[in-house]
Amino acid sequence: MRALAIDVHKLNKHFGAKHVVRDLSLHVLGGEIFGFLGPNGSGKTTSIRMLCGLLTPDSGSGTCLGHDVVRETAAIKREVGYMTQRFSLWEDLTIGENLDFIGRMYGVRSRTAAVARALDRFGLAERSDQLAGTLSGGWKQRLALAACMLHEPRLLLLDEPTAGVDPKARRDFWQEIHALAATGVTVLVSTHYMDEAERCHRLAYLASGRLLAMGTAQEIVARRGLGAWAVSGPELSAITRTLEALAGVDHVTAFGNVLHVTGRDARSLGEAMGIAAASHPAHRFEPVAPGLEDVFISLMDEVRDEAR
Amino acid sequence: MSRIAASWSRFTGIVVKELIQLRRDRLTFGMMIGIPVLQLLLFGFAINSDPKHLPTAILVADQGVFSRTLVAGLQNSGYFDVVRSLRHEDEARQALRAGQIQFLVQIPYDFSRRLVRGERPALLVEADATDPAATSNALAALSGVIDTALAHDLKGPLAALAPGASPVELRVHRRYNPEGLTQYNIVPGLLGVILTMTMVLMTGLAMTRERERGTFENLLATPARPLEVMTGKIVPYILIGLIQVVLVLIAARWLFAVPLEGSIVLLFLVVLLFIATNLALGITISSLARNQLQAMQMTFFFFLPSILLSGFMFPFRGMPEWAQALGSILPLTHFLVLVRGILLKGSTTTELWPALWPIGAFLAAVIAIGLLFYRRTLD
Repeated sequence: MRALAIDVHKLNKHFGAKHVVRDLSLHVLGGEIFGFLGPNGSGKTTSIRMLCGLLTPDSGSGTCLGHDVVRETAAIKREVGYMTQRFSLWEDLTIGENLDFIGRMYGVRSRTAAVARALDRFGLAERSDQLAGTLSGGWKQRLALAACMLHEPRLLLLDEPTAGVDPKARRDFWQEIHALAATGVTVLVSTHYMDEAERCHRLAYLASGRLLAMGTAQEIVARRGLGAWAVSGPELSAITRTLEALAGVDHVTAFGNVLHVTGRDARSLGEAMGIAAASHPAHRFEPVAPGLEDVFISLMDEVRDEAR
Repeated sequence: MSRIAASWSRFTGIVVKELIQLRRDRLTFGMMIGIPVLQLLLFGFAINSDPKHLPTAILVADQGVFSRTLVAGLQNSGYFDVVRSLRHEDEARQALRAGQIQFLVQIPYDFSRRLVRGERPALLVEADATDPAATSNALAALSGVIDTALAHDLKGPLAALAPGASPVELRVHRRYNPEGLTQYNIVPGLLGVILTMTMVLMTGLAMTRERERGTFENLLATPARPLEVMTGKIVPYILIGLIQVVLVLIAARWLFAVPLEGSIVLLFLVVLLFIATNLALGITISSLARNQLQAMQMTFFFFLPSILLSGFMFPFRGMPEWAQALGSILPLTHFLVLVRGILLKGSTTTELWPALWPIGAFLAAVIAIGLLFYRRTLD
């Protein structure tokens, strides 16, 4: 069995009166790409910061790469690569100077060669003398990834690395992540994009500081047992309100010429669709497989209902 | 790699980074050099604690020879410039109230006659004493001025009226600054003031800048330790501080002709200690403050007492004991004693020890507080 790269139990964190992370327990296998999902303010960043020793948990215990997350943060910092959500390298240093500085901080062996390799690998060599502050989003993200990998960490913690990056750069980025995972590096990555979530080996979904689901994408979807239907036909906007009013229907979302209808209980949704189909002969009703996004939105609703 | 080598690598990394950033930040760099030069020229030439040529008005009712002698004597002393000769008392009072004149000298109509009769006539001098420093030297010189002026005229039959010799022969030696030049006092003092201001402010902003730009999170995520970061950020500013010191000393020597009686090596050692103390304070402020504005406010909270209570502007011994006690905490107070001692008195290390250790103690305390409050985490 593979060793656990992250193994934490019941982590809690408060900021003042706000309970930001509640009883977070995570197990991430070595060499795994682990996706971290959840709406804004769900505690993803706080959780990641606790894992890499930037925040001390109020309670809870666990290890990161075998080091205690409370007492051995120095050892964790040496072996973990952390990419912050906001670009946090020095904008008044050039790409080369930033990498050189990071190399010195981690005591990278034969630093000059390591920096040159990183520049080559991420296609930054030509821009090596450009100030980091003048780079566009995609290039900043490449630089940040190069910087957090310079010391060859065994675990990468990436906090929304692809926010504001164009599709081509995102694809390149994920190719890089998969190549890394193949060499045994563990990657924990937070994201808002569903296509990215589906590229992870396993996922965790956080809302209001609580872990609501964990597993592979298929497992999470299957466990939730959502029903989903596709409705197509004329004048979709008119029918939307009718469908929303039906018992068993939670969400009606327009995707181009198709309405996507979901419900927490597959059976009652099916009955509702049967009734609707009878009274709307011009429309086509067919059951479809629910997606990850459907599950997450439904989970988010549940949390909101509880909060009320 | 051994722990010490790794630590050294991180320390040099931070030094190199700070130097590069400093080089790119033209405005800050210009300020570091511009502030000392500007302040030195401005204050070195402007501040004078022995003001002369003060505007004086006379109201002379007496046409005798003695009143003319007196007026000439006042003029010759250098303290009094007779700018107006007035006829009416009301007019004179108005001028004094309006601040047009600093002194009003009234010579009554029978002054000369009563003087000759030996009746000790009154001579009224009114001063605008709102600023005591402006008038005190002139007033202190007054009685001597009058005696000397009259001595010329009180000859022959009037010799008996001349002031007799004092029973005591008074000998005053103004040591270390015989001519009483303000610049001898101000220019060495400015060295301390300039270093206090620029060093504390620049490093005060150093860490808060990282926090505001979000780069602090990255720095924290690396294995860099507080002491490495603090010292690494201090070293480049020590260099800047030394450049400032050299600039000020060159100006002191060639522009203001301030003597250097003591050892220049000792001077630089003292300066290094003082620079390190101010930088450590700046870094500590930096780790206490949440943002650059707070750091700036804290700096000024420290800077003002440093200027006013240290003895730079007002005589230290003139303050009440509690204020002296407060002033004794400030490094600038002791630095002024040290730098004036070395430059003007040629003091030695043993003589200066009482002013040296308090700075060292302040430095140790500040570093301890800084390390205590340096946030290793983002909590």
